[in-house]
Order: sequence, then structure tokens, then C-alpha cells
Amino acid sequence: MSEIDLETARNVAHLARIAVPEDTLPTLAQELSHMLSFMEQLNEVDVEGVEPMVSVTPMRLKRRADGVTDGDKQDRILANAPDAREGFFAVPKVVE
Amino acid sequence: MSALNTLTIAQARDLLRKGDVTSVALTEACLGAIEGAGRLNAFVHHTPDLALERARAADARLAKGDAPAMCGIPVGIKDLFCTEGVPSQAASRILSGFLPPYESTVSAQLRDSGAVMLGKLNMDEFAMGSSNETSVYGNAVNPWKVDDRDLTPGGSSGGSASAVAADLCLAATGTDTGGSIRQPAAFTGTVGIKPTYGRCSRWGIVAFASSLDQAGPMTKTVRDCAIMLEAMCGHDPRDSTSADLPVPDFEAMLTGDIRGQRIGIPREYRMEGMPAEIQALWAKGAEMLRDAGAEIVDISLPHTKYALPAYYVIAPAEASSNLARYDGVRFGHRAKLAQGDGITQMYEKTRAEGFGPEVQRRVMIGTYVLSAGFYDAYYNRARKVRTLIKRDFEDAFAAGIDAILTPATPSSAFGLGEMAEADPVQMYLNDVFTVTVNLAGLPGIAVPAGLDARGLPLGLQLIGRPWEEGALLNTAQVLETAAGFVSKPEKWW
Repeated sequence: MSEIDLETARNVAHLARIAVPEDTLPTLAQELSHMLSFMEQLNEVDVEGVEPMVSVTPMRLKRRADGVTDGDKQDRILANAPDAREGFFAVPKVVE
Repeated sequence: MSALNTLTIAQARDLLRKGDVTSVALTEACLGAIEGAGRLNAFVHHTPDLALERARAADARLAKGDAPAMCGIPVGIKDLFCTEGVPSQAASRILSGFLPPYESTVSAQLRDSGAVMLGKLNMDEFAMGSSNETSVYGNAVNPWKVDDRDLTPGGSSGGSASAVAADLCLAATGTDTGGSIRQPAAFTGTVGIKPTYGRCSRWGIVAFASSLDQAGPMTKTVRDCAIMLEAMCGHDPRDSTSADLPVPDFEAMLTGDIRGQRIGIPREYRMEGMPAEIQALWAKGAEMLRDAGAEIVDISLPHTKYALPAYYVIAPAEASSNLARYDGVRFGHRAKLAQGDGITQMYEKTRAEGFGPEVQRRVMIGTYVLSAGFYDAYYNRARKVRTLIKRDFEDAFAAGIDAILTPATPSSAFGLGEMAEADPVQMYLNDVFTVTVNLAGLPGIAVPAGLDARGLPLGLQLIGRPWEEGALLNTAQVLETAAGFVSKPEKWW
């Protein structure tokens, strides 16, 4: 179950949106396989009837009034963008 | 008076309040020490002008006589904390050029209490590492040295540990997701506490694994940890997991009295192949606490063995989600695109160029364990195991255990580059004693307890009940006093 083949590695890299050159895919597949086999130890544990942890400290998330608390910061928000034009983030063409 | 940069927070605070020293003088001493310590590569962004400006403001505040404990104290800030107008890169290429327009809650609280930021500290990229070798800035170096090798200060808060141990600052902030405060503290003979999950606001700290990340102080003494922690923690409406609980006066809880406290020694932490020196130190630590009036109790934390594999499912899963925001659109690095490249190529090239190998590996393993078909087998199973790990601790505390004593690390500091050929899992074993604490959301502190045969520091870890950092610090100080660790690295840099 833990063997990651080249096709799976290629797919994971694509899902993660990280370009991985073809010639390094075998190394990546091997590393990922090794990490997964380390995780397989978890299969030894009897987790029957155990709830997956949602919050490490028992707490109810706070609620607040649904109101505007912040805003009007366009310049500051765009200040760190690699490419910002006319008040927008600029990206390469998305639709052909 | 010894050189000002070698003072503890408590000493400096008392001198500042008496008017025997100024914050400007303290700050200048630290800036001088930093200038002479380029070899350690601990400070990676220097802010001397800002530091002196804040030091002057602190002196003015002190002169008025109502300054809080951290007022005028020069500190270093880990690069993971967003600091307004000052580079905050999480030691990653992908955040090169990023200048936060806001200040993290923790560093803002320190700033508002009058602490003086000297600059930003080296770390592993996105806090992913145990040796400070994954940083875009290059390795931070441990001021401790026993031969011609450069040693790791540990990670991910390696720059913080190195800077505190080398007296470049009086204290520093760290963050701890699986041991990133406690392991470097142990490797450098310093003190570091990871508080209970929710004690410190995570707002403005670059996220790695949100359900595990906590900030904490890294200092020269337990008392300093108590003083600085108080300034760092407290409720923050901008972090929905921040606890709405009063912050106690931790320093006032350092009574030195631990009589009747029950200290657990978990048998599962006796790992196969554990160096005899570490076993001996652990036994000695238990003896010291017994001599101080505590009761030593053998306990069992049966799921300990599964903490590391659970962690290496959960942390990468959360990281893959958190790090999705680095897409080359809103901040940081964007790859140069070829003719005809679309938005997907922009994402893929940007992230390939911007993330180092360890971060890429973890993002991809996280993507895998969250992907359709594997979510239950890996991610949900790991979260169930996490429930069991937490339950182990709850059972121990319910049986009357007040704190748990363990080694902090499975070895002393190793040489930089020595793990380069090892597979990633070997490096992960550094966290074997610390990672359980993050999974259970508990407070944990590393205290220097002795030197190994080569002359390198070794630390012990104390784990406390949730929200009882005060009692934990008190026990830690008893251990610190009994161990009498006073060694300092000899200056070679």
C-alpha cells in the first residue's frame, strides 16, 4: 500500500503544484515511499471506536457579530504582490 | 559588572529599574556582540536603528517608573514572526522581499511591553527541520564546539538558540511544532518552554501546522522564561484557538517548593539504543527532584511509539494546506515565466523555485495523505492515534501525576552536514521525546542539566498539565538549581 510509483509521484507533485523534473521523480518516489512505510506503524494501533482529534484543547470556537471590522487597505494589501496593476493582483492569462 | 550582553533578563530588569544601566547601553552591547558573531549566522536580518530607537523609548519609559518587566530588554525574533516593515521570510526563498504590513501578536506584545528587537533570527525553512540546515540563509552554527567541526544549534529555532547561548541577545522568541524550541535549547545549554496550545496567539506567525504550532521564549534561565512568557501570552481575538484565560504571574510562582509533587517517569521513553549518558542524566534528574521533596513515580504512556509517525502524517497534511497560499500572486517570489506559460505553470515553477527540498517533500507527503482514497487510511487514522496519545497523558494526570520528566533529545548536538546522507526519517528521530507534547497540546520545557563526555550540553524535559505553566516552571527551576548548569561556550567565533 505504501509503494509510490512514478505515476503517483508525478500526480502528487502536480496536485501540490510543484514542478518536479522527470529525472528527479524516481528519487522523490523513493523518499515518499520511505516516509509512508514509516507511517505504516500506525496500522498496529487499535483505533476502533476512537474519535479523530478535532481540537487539542477542548474549546468552543468563539463567535462574534457578523460585521465589517476591517478594510480599505487596498494599497497595503497589494504592496507585496510580485505584479499588481490598477488595484488588482495580476496573473498570467487564465482562460484561453 | 559583567559584559551587558551576558546578563539575564531578571538581572537586566533590576539594573534598569535601579537606573544602573540604560536600555541603550544594553542594546549597544548586544549589537556589538552580533556584529562580531557573523560566523554563527544567527541573526539574518539586522535592525540596529529600530533597536536603538526602541531602546531610547524604553529608557524614557523606565525613567517614568512604571515600566513592565520586559521594558528595555534586547531580544531576537525568530524569522517566522511577521514584523512590520522588517523582512519576515520564514527562512524561505518563496517569501523573499516580503515586508509584512502588520506585526504578529506575540512580537507586538513584546514591543508594547518595551522589549527591544535586535533583528530576525535564522531557522529551518518554514520551521521544518531539526538542525537549521534547511534555511535559505544557510546554516546557523552552535556556539558550542569541541573539535574542528561546526555543530548544529538544533532546529527549527536554531538561530534563536545560538543567539541566546552566545549572548548576542538576552533572550529570543522561538516556535515549537514538534520540538523546535526544546531541542535547540537542549543542544545549546539554554532554556526553552513550549506553552500549552492556545497560550500564545498564533496570529501573524507564519503557519506550519496550525494544530501543533506554539510560540515560546528561549532564555538563559528558567526565571527569564517565566518573565518573558508572561509578556508573550494572553487572549487574542484574532486567533480563534487562543485561550481566553487569565495570564498568571509566572515569576511569582517560582517558589522553589516542590514537596509532595508527583513526577512521572514514563517507561516508554527508555528507547532502545539510548546513549548511557542520557539514561544516567535522566536518572540523576529524577534523583534531584526526589531530593527536593518530590515523589518519583513510574508511569506508562503506551502510545508513545506512535507519536512520530502520527506527527509526520498530521504536520505535513496541515503544512500542505497552509503552504498553498504561496502561489506567486499576493506576496513573495514569482518565477520567471516562459512564453505561453499559464497560471498552473506559474504556480508550479514558483513553488519549485521558492520551496527547498525538505519543504517540498513535506508538502507532497501532506498532499498524498489528504488525497482521495488515502484520507482515511493515513490522515484520519493519525488523528485517532493522536486522541489516544493525548488520552495517555490525561490518564497519567488523572492518576495524580503533576509533571513528567524525560530526556529532551536522544543525543547532544551533532555536526552540521553529518545527517546529509541520512534519510529524512533519521532526522525526524530528533523529535522523539518532544513531539508527543505537541500532539497532546501540553506545556513542555527543556532545562540544561549537564554536559556529555565530549563537553556538550544535554537537556532534560519536563511536561506539565495543561495551563499549568507556572507549576511547570517552578519544578523546572528546582531542577535547574540542583543541576547547577553554569557552563558557557568558549568564544571562538
